[in-house]
Amino acid sequence: MKFNSRRTTALVALTLAASTALTACGGGDGDGGSGDSAETITFLPKNLGNPYFDASSTGGENAVDAFGGTFEEVGPTNATPDAQVPFINTAAQQGVGALVISANDPTALGDALEEARDAGVKVVTFDSDVDAEYRDLFVNQATPEGIAEAQVDLVAEQIGGEGEVAILSAAANATNQNAWIDLMEEYAASEYPDIDIVETVYGDDDDQTSFDKTAALLQSHPDLKGIISPTTVGIAAAARYLSTSQYKGQVALTGLGTPNQMREYLEDGTVTAFALWNPEELGYLAAYAAHALIEGDITGEEGDTFEAGDLGEYTVGANGEVVLGEPTVFTVDNVGDFDF
Amino acid sequence: MSASTPTRGTAPVGLSKGEARTYASYARPAWQRWLLTRETAVILLLAVVFVWATSSVPNFDGPLTLYYLFLDLMPILLIALPMTLVIITGEIDLSVASTVVLTSAVTGLLTVDAGWGFGQAALVAIAVGALCGLFNGFLVGYVGLPSLAVTIGTLALYRGIAVGLLGTEAKTGFPEEWTDRVKERIGETSYPQVLVVFGVLAVVFVLLLHFSGFGRGVYEIGLNDEAARFSGVDVARTKLLLFVLAGAVSGLAGVYYTLRYDLARGDAANGLELQVIAAVLLGGVSIFGGRGALHGVVAGVLLIGVISSAMRLQGETENVTTIVIGLLLIASVVTPSLLSWVSGRLPAGVKGASARSRRT
Repeated sequence: MKFNSRRTTALVALTLAASTALTACGGGDGDGGSGDSAETITFLPKNLGNPYFDASSTGGENAVDAFGGTFEEVGPTNATPDAQVPFINTAAQQGVGALVISANDPTALGDALEEARDAGVKVVTFDSDVDAEYRDLFVNQATPEGIAEAQVDLVAEQIGGEGEVAILSAAANATNQNAWIDLMEEYAASEYPDIDIVETVYGDDDDQTSFDKTAALLQSHPDLKGIISPTTVGIAAAARYLSTSQYKGQVALTGLGTPNQMREYLEDGTVTAFALWNPEELGYLAAYAAHALIEGDITGEEGDTFEAGDLGEYTVGANGEVVLGEPTVFTVDNVGDFDF
Repeated sequence: MSASTPTRGTAPVGLSKGEARTYASYARPAWQRWLLTRETAVILLLAVVFVWATSSVPNFDGPLTLYYLFLDLMPILLIALPMTLVIITGEIDLSVASTVVLTSAVTGLLTVDAGWGFGQAALVAIAVGALCGLFNGFLVGYVGLPSLAVTIGTLALYRGIAVGLLGTEAKTGFPEEWTDRVKERIGETSYPQVLVVFGVLAVVFVLLLHFSGFGRGVYEIGLNDEAARFSGVDVARTKLLLFVLAGAVSGLAGVYYTLRYDLARGDAANGLELQVIAAVLLGGVSIFGGRGALHGVVAGVLLIGVISSAMRLQGETENVTTIVIGLLLIASVVTPSLLSWVSGRLPAGVKGASARSRRT
């Protein structure tokens, strides 16, 4: 019987193409492996392509280089918990030394992290925590109280301690944002009774949405004196709106921003001061904390101490938390010293 | 054309597109007809990739790999079953991921907020999924709107409703006996127990598509729905049923999603619909309808899963994986047309000539 030449050719071509592609991949794989996986520290940020996490990963890589391990960075494109789970699973399969993760959800990642820890992986969270039972350590950028109070103090100073203030947040269900906002409201009510927090709007950490929400805020609250945006995307978008509007210099803006995003607005007078911890130091500290766990120097118990390279000695606090320190306040005078 | 006109009355239905059954294809012995197909090619490629990954990707041969692979793939595997039938009729359903999110939200609201038992909540969620499908199917089958437009609309609509229902919160804290059940393994193996659920559904769909009159109707609609109508297939009802099935299975996938991540959130299952469609097309189903088979689709889903898993283990970023799968998809769609174009140009014997005349 005759072969159907078309089908046969298709099959042969496909098999050939496949085997060529596979040989090519196979050839290059010698250096692609994770090497001595016990010394590997894998960073898993909320998502890739985010300047904030680029900075924390740079810090992490510097630390890992300093103590001589293998640094890897993996992560999803979208900052959702279900997208992070496969990467946690992969770390468990590889049996890496430690996973350093900024969690997209406090509970949803729990089972995956538990399975990773069963496989011998140390789990350190940074920036955004999971429930304490699912990780060994949480490297906190600053205490929520410290962050909230710094921002309220900044805005109070800029508007003379009285008037209407609004908050421009990220997503409405962002855990850390909501905790800060509650604390800001409490602190403002007790320390600055003449400050009235009139509204909280959500820019979803999207530049255009945050920009539009800023415009809407200023429309709906004509007496607004100040805006606090505890998110780097939000504050930059709000500054961009203010800098070209009639409100420039009239409405104070502060919050959490990165120096590189905010430099021009400090220089043109739209913004006088804002705060942030240094994400590079955060990643650096998280990597050293992971290293100390792998080496067995600490177990995550309260009172454990470890050396974090250039940052000095840190002590583990209650609930397995290590606090980086107070947020840095950036003004036009010191912004030149930072690049992230 | 006259050379290949068959004698049976209903068969001309099959002849309007390139992949129709002809004497030429029956001229080969049965084993060739079974083996020399795109489905076989995908299965072969899957085997090759699997062997390559096992032998040269570090940790791929570990005990956790297959377990996580199946847990991750489960929603795609499930939804790919009805999606195959939908695409074979020449339609498409882009709203499946949004249905997953909506049914997950319903499960969350009923269990966590209203205090229902999880079993009842899951049944309601599946019913809601079927209802979503019914709406799609009514608009496509009976109103006659194009499924692409309808389901782009409901893609936004269903996710919008889910986000509206959940508000700013994520529902979590589902009963542990259920979340554990989803992750349990079959004995000591690497296979999670949920594979049994998939297995049962797969058998049902194989019987429906490949061994029933309804299934033959599905192919006929894909080849030429006018002709199918004249030969006695109830086109509108068939399409309605397929969309209802797609909705109901998406509802089941939504329940699974909720349990697997112990979470109902408005932003879950992002882009799942495209992963499903990519897997179905990779598995040899024609986007124009009329051809495809479920064993190819299952192999397509597994192929995508093995590639993503292996590339993650190698430390590649998600973008690289997406590029590889995208290229593979394009290759699988383009290769057959390219080859038929080439073979149409080559000097050919009697068989080639008949193949050419068929395409004119």
